[in-house]
Amino acid sequence: MKELKLMKGNEALAEAAIRAGCDGYFGYPITPQSEVLEYLSREATARTGMVVLQAESEVASINMVYGAAGTGKKIMTSSSSPGVSLMQEGISYIACAELPCLLVNVNRGGPGLGTIQPSQGDYFQSVKGGGHGDYKLIVLAPSTVQEMSDFVKLSFELAFKYRNPVMILTDGALGQMMEKVELFPQQPRTNEIYPWATTGKKHERERSIITSLHIQPDKMEEINIHLQEKYRTIEKNEVRFEEVDCEDADFIILGYGLVARICQKAAQLAREKGYKVGVLRPITLFPYPTDVIRAYSEKVKGMMVVEMNAGQMVEDVRLSVEGRTTVDFYGRMGGIVPTPEEILEAFENKVLGRK
Amino acid sequence: MNEKQMTAPDSHYEQMIAEESVCTTENIVYEKPHTLTDTPFHYCPGCGHGVAHRLIAEVIEEMDIQEETIGVAPVGCSVFAYNYLNIDMSEAAHGRASAVATGIKRVLPEKYVFSYQGDGDLAAIGTAETIHTCNRGENILIIFINNGIYGMTGGQMAPTTLPNMKSTTSPFGRDTNSMGYPLKITELIAALPGTYYVTRQSVHKPLNVRKAKKAILNGFQYQKLNRGTCFVEIVSNCPSNWKMTPVESNKWLEDNMLPFYQLGDIKVPKEEIK
Repeated sequence: MKELKLMKGNEALAEAAIRAGCDGYFGYPITPQSEVLEYLSREATARTGMVVLQAESEVASINMVYGAAGTGKKIMTSSSSPGVSLMQEGISYIACAELPCLLVNVNRGGPGLGTIQPSQGDYFQSVKGGGHGDYKLIVLAPSTVQEMSDFVKLSFELAFKYRNPVMILTDGALGQMMEKVELFPQQPRTNEIYPWATTGKKHERERSIITSLHIQPDKMEEINIHLQEKYRTIEKNEVRFEEVDCEDADFIILGYGLVARICQKAAQLAREKGYKVGVLRPITLFPYPTDVIRAYSEKVKGMMVVEMNAGQMVEDVRLSVEGRTTVDFYGRMGGIVPTPEEILEAFENKVLGRK
Repeated sequence: MNEKQMTAPDSHYEQMIAEESVCTTENIVYEKPHTLTDTPFHYCPGCGHGVAHRLIAEVIEEMDIQEETIGVAPVGCSVFAYNYLNIDMSEAAHGRASAVATGIKRVLPEKYVFSYQGDGDLAAIGTAETIHTCNRGENILIIFINNGIYGMTGGQMAPTTLPNMKSTTSPFGRDTNSMGYPLKITELIAALPGTYYVTRQSVHKPLNVRKAKKAILNGFQYQKLNRGTCFVEIVSNCPSNWKMTPVESNKWLEDNMLPFYQLGDIKVPKEEIK
C-alpha cells in the first residue's frame, strides 16, 4: 500500500535516510536545513539504531563522516552553503580516499553569510570541485519533495557502486516547502563488511588504510588517473535528466532543481502565445547531460538557461552546445526566486529579441 | 658449549641456525611485536615517536586486540604511523584525528579506537575537536605526543613551545607578550567531566618507557568500561629541530620540558581494571 504524507523537503529527506538504512548522521545546525538534524534526532535512533550526532562544527561533522564512512557504513551529513564551504577540505579527502557517503547542501544565498533564502549559487562549488585537487562528486538536483526522498536512496546506491561521495544539491525553498510525498518502504541496515574498510584487521586480509596521502608523485598520479577513469565511467552510466515538451520545440529553456518547475510554467505560458518551448532539466549535475543538450543544439533555434545565481550552469550548457545555437541566460540572486512571468519576459526579450 | 662447537664454531653455528635448533621460543628474549610492520621507521635518530609506536604495538599484541583496533594517524611527523602499525588505520586531516576517531567509534562502538596526534595537530589547529571530543566523553584513547615544536614542517613554534624557547618562527625565543603562552591542554581537558583517565608520561628513560606503556595499556583497557575519553600525553623530544644530539635532547627535555610539563597522573579513574 502506498504510504503518502505531506512533508517538508528537509523532513522527507531525513525520513528517507532512516528508511534507506543509513547507519550514521553527523551534522551541525544551520538554516535552512536544521530540520534534517532535528528530525533525525527525534526519530532515527529509536527506529533503526542509526547514530545521530550533533558535532561542534561542520569541520568536525565532515571529519566524523570521513572516519565513519571509512568503516563501510552508510553515512551522511547535511548543511547549507557557509557550512558546506567549511566542509570542503574534508570532502576533498573523502573523494581521494574514495569513501561512499551522502552530503546534502540546502543552498542559501551568498556570498558570505548571505541570506537564508533559496539560491543556486553553490553550483560551481558542488560540480567543479569545491575543495582542492582534481575530484568530482556525483551531484543530484531534486526538484520536488518526492525527489528529496527518492534521491537519498539513489545516492547511497551510487555512492557504494562507485565508492564516491554523492551530493544532493537542493535549496532553501525545497527544504522548507511542504508537498505530498510517497515514502519508500523501510530497508534494513546492513552489516556488510567491505575489504577496504577499517573494521579491525583480520588475519586473512592485509590491513585497511584509509588515506589520501601518497607522497610519491608517480603514485599520486596513478591515484589521479584511477579517479579520472572512474569519473569517465560515471559519465557514461549515470547521466539523468528530464525533458518536458522538447520533441517539437523550437526553443529550449534549461534549469535545474526548483527553477525547472518554474521554467515549465513559463514554457506553458510561451506555448499559449504560440512559441514552441520545451524544458530540459538536468537531474545529475555531475555527470552532466552534455550529449542530449548537444543533440538539441543541432535542432533548436535557441536556448535559455535560468538559474538562481549569476550564471553558473550556463557555462556547462555553452560547453555542450559549442556555438551551434545561441545560449542566453536569465538569473536572480541573493535569495530571490524568479516568477514564470519574468522568465517568459526574459525569453521574449533575450531569445526572441535577438532573432 | 660442547666440544664440537669449540672446535668448529662458525660452521657449527651456521648448521644450528639452519636447523633452527637455537631459534626456539624459550631462547627468544626480545622481539619485534607482530603488530609492527617490517617497514623501517622514517623518524630521526633519538626521536620518541619510534618508542611510542612500539609501546602501542606491544599493548595491542599483549591484549590480543589487533582484530578489534582501529587507529587514526594525524598530520605531522607521525603522518605515516599507519605504515608501521600493523592494524587498520585511517589518516586524518590536520587537527581532525579525534573527530575521525569519533566517527569510527560511534558506528563501531565495540572496537578499540585511538588517535595519535602531535602538539600542533592536537593543541593548535585541532583544539576545538580535542576539547569537544573529550567533553562528549567519546570512549576513545587519545595519545598526544608533545615535543614543543612542529617537526615535519621544520621546527616552527608550536602551541606547547616553552617561553624563550627558540624555533624557526620564534628565532629569538618565544616572547609570551606577543606570541602567547604554552598551552597545557592536558590539564585543560582533565577538567572536563567527559574525560575518564588523563596522564602525562615520557619515553626518555627506560623507567619512563615502562610507565608510559602502563598508561597506554590503561587507556586501551578503560575503553571497555565506556566511561569516557582516555588521554595519554607523552612529553617527547625533537633532536633535529631542537638542534641537539639525541642524548642532549633528552637532557634538555628533563631540565626544561619536565619542570613545566610535570609527569604523572592528572585524572585517575575511581575504579581500576582487574
